[in-house]
Amino acid sequence: MNSINLVWLVPVLPLAGFLINGLFRNSMSKSFSGIIGSLTILAAFVLSLLIFGQVRQEGFRPVVVTLFDFISAGKLQIPFAFQVDQLSSLFLLIITGVGFLIHVYSTSYMKEEEGPHFARYFAYLNLFVFFMLLLVLGANYVILFIGWEGVGLCSYLLIGYWFKNMDYGNAAKKAFIMNRIGDLGFLIAIFVLINQFGSVSFGEIFPAATHTPIPVLTAITLLLFVGATGKSAQIPLYTWLPDAMAGPTPVSALIHAATMVTAGIYMIARSNILYTLTPVTGTVVAVIGLATALLAATIALKQNDIKKVLAYSTVSQLGYMFLGLGVGAYTGAVFHVMTHAFFKALLFLGAGSVISAMHHEQDIRKMGGLKKHMPITHLTFLIGCIAIAGIPPFSGFFSKDEILAGAFAKSPVYYIIGVFTALLTAFYMFRLYATTFLGKFRGTDDKAHHLHESPAAVTFPLIVLALLAAGAGFLGIPEVFAKDAHWLEHFLSPVFEASTQLQATGGQPFDKGMELALMGVSVAVALIGTIWAVTKFSRKPELEEATGFGKVLANKWYVDEFYNAVIVRPLDLLSKFFGFIEKYVIDWIVNGIGRLVQYGSRQIRLLQSGQVGAYVLLMVVGILVLFLVQLFVKK
Amino acid sequence: MPINYYLFLSIALFCIGVAGVLTRRNAIIIFMCIELMLNSVNLLLVAFSKMHQHALGVVNANAGIDGQIFVFFIMVVAAAEVSVGLAIIVMMYRNTHSTDVNFLNRLKH
Repeated sequence: MNSINLVWLVPVLPLAGFLINGLFRNSMSKSFSGIIGSLTILAAFVLSLLIFGQVRQEGFRPVVVTLFDFISAGKLQIPFAFQVDQLSSLFLLIITGVGFLIHVYSTSYMKEEEGPHFARYFAYLNLFVFFMLLLVLGANYVILFIGWEGVGLCSYLLIGYWFKNMDYGNAAKKAFIMNRIGDLGFLIAIFVLINQFGSVSFGEIFPAATHTPIPVLTAITLLLFVGATGKSAQIPLYTWLPDAMAGPTPVSALIHAATMVTAGIYMIARSNILYTLTPVTGTVVAVIGLATALLAATIALKQNDIKKVLAYSTVSQLGYMFLGLGVGAYTGAVFHVMTHAFFKALLFLGAGSVISAMHHEQDIRKMGGLKKHMPITHLTFLIGCIAIAGIPPFSGFFSKDEILAGAFAKSPVYYIIGVFTALLTAFYMFRLYATTFLGKFRGTDDKAHHLHESPAAVTFPLIVLALLAAGAGFLGIPEVFAKDAHWLEHFLSPVFEASTQLQATGGQPFDKGMELALMGVSVAVALIGTIWAVTKFSRKPELEEATGFGKVLANKWYVDEFYNAVIVRPLDLLSKFFGFIEKYVIDWIVNGIGRLVQYGSRQIRLLQSGQVGAYVLLMVVGILVLFLVQLFVKK
Repeated sequence: MPINYYLFLSIALFCIGVAGVLTRRNAIIIFMCIELMLNSVNLLLVAFSKMHQHALGVVNANAGIDGQIFVFFIMVVAAAEVSVGLAIIVMMYRNTHSTDVNFLNRLKH
């Protein structure tokens, strides 16, 4: 049974879920909405499994399934086509799998919403999955861009889900606008691609890339990266992600941890040959990724909202992924996408469980001692923290280490900063863990009475994700431990084949001893950060307001204020200036023409005296004029 | 007689007629001037017809006869027009008890 021919069904199922939940939301019961929403994703997941089963076979070549001609303009042909290969099938599994778990979780988390709004939530969530699937399945940059824009839209819709709150609406707008700034870069890159290659299809661009002048490729890759900084929250377009925590927590888990923000990584991994050919862009990507990772980690150290810490953690981990892409460790970056999807979604869903139990209190200074009251949430959250800190044998260690090894091969400076950031990661994550779950409960007595573990719809996804976060690392066991045991690298090798061949010509692989030493350093650093944070914060949680340098970190290095002063206010003044021009210059001219016509007509109306004699006179004059004209104008 | 004399007379009559239509206030005088214009044209047509007959008579016995025939048409039209026009003037007098055309400025509104 060739399930690859049915690949179009994978995005269409969530789309159908969106239509059903959207159109009939006023007449469906909540449980029915939840079931429709979740079942479509489950069906898509099953189909993705079947496709994956086919793709896994040895010697599988990418299959392009064309649905219809989308744009046909002279020589430029853009078909609506899906490309099924190792990279897209892997992402399909991640998106539908984690998506399904989050849908199940949402049926419990959002149960306080009213019927139509509940259905609206699931409609938007399904629409998001539809666009994300379109993004990863697209066989050309235009279909990818359709999905790219669509997930930005759904992000806006979902962040601003509780639309009656103006602040949430502003956060949604901020996310959408910053995304759009990045999208401009992406769009220009597509134009350059069309100009250079006459096509946007992956199958036509990538083989021709080696014969293209490097400056053009550099321009394309840099512009694509601008798009990625917007979508995947890197410097300078990352400030929307912490504000996006205004949305419901499952939304944060799905969109801002597991899927949408990884769109940039996917896009660069897909275009890996272009990036391998342009070392300049590679350096830019790596440096920005590293800087973002470090910056976000420092900010997370002093945040007191449980979701904000996780948001900055996401930005930081995305920085790691871009570092991996920049140094050419494409498999490492994709590996980290996968493991990050598991443990970050786990952490967010765990945070949601805590927030529910705390009656929507999100400040960790008011929590504490939840270990006793919420055992499953506690255990799964702990597993997530260990995974993100990079402690073996949990998954984060394997993927992060692969990126760090690649970084070291490019430059030891990258490695040192990366390891320092890993120390900070372990520290702030366990600060979060210790302050929330250990010690004594610091909230009101009333809240203490209501603390209890969350229902099965919440804990089931937590358990599944915890198992994945713990075990997914074994999909990518590095060479030093066992020969040819890196399943993921072997699986994805056809996608990165061309890049690997180009990279093999430069730089030498390092010996086993070196690699083990690097691993040892990063594990030691992670353990130090973990133990230090747990011992410090379980005994004395950080309750006072931050002072001095800590205050700078708590205020996010004042980046938002900086953007406000340097970009937002000048634009505001500029638009006020143009508003003045419009009102007094342009409108004056346009209205002036009206006034002129009115004046002219007033004067001409005087001709209409009602005196017949005057009319006859005018008639005679007219005849005379015509006569003279025909006399003097020679034919 | 040279054709110029008839030409000048006809034009003079026509211009007098036009001036009369434009300047006079009495409706009947205006009518007279319109008749004057029509008859000046009649004169012109007959004069030209005679001229053509003189020029082409040797070749074609009926040369230039069209001018005179057209005069008949004009006369018929003038007669019809006079009857209608006088009827209007009578109506006008009945309603306003004057023949002053400046009185009729309803078109102003």
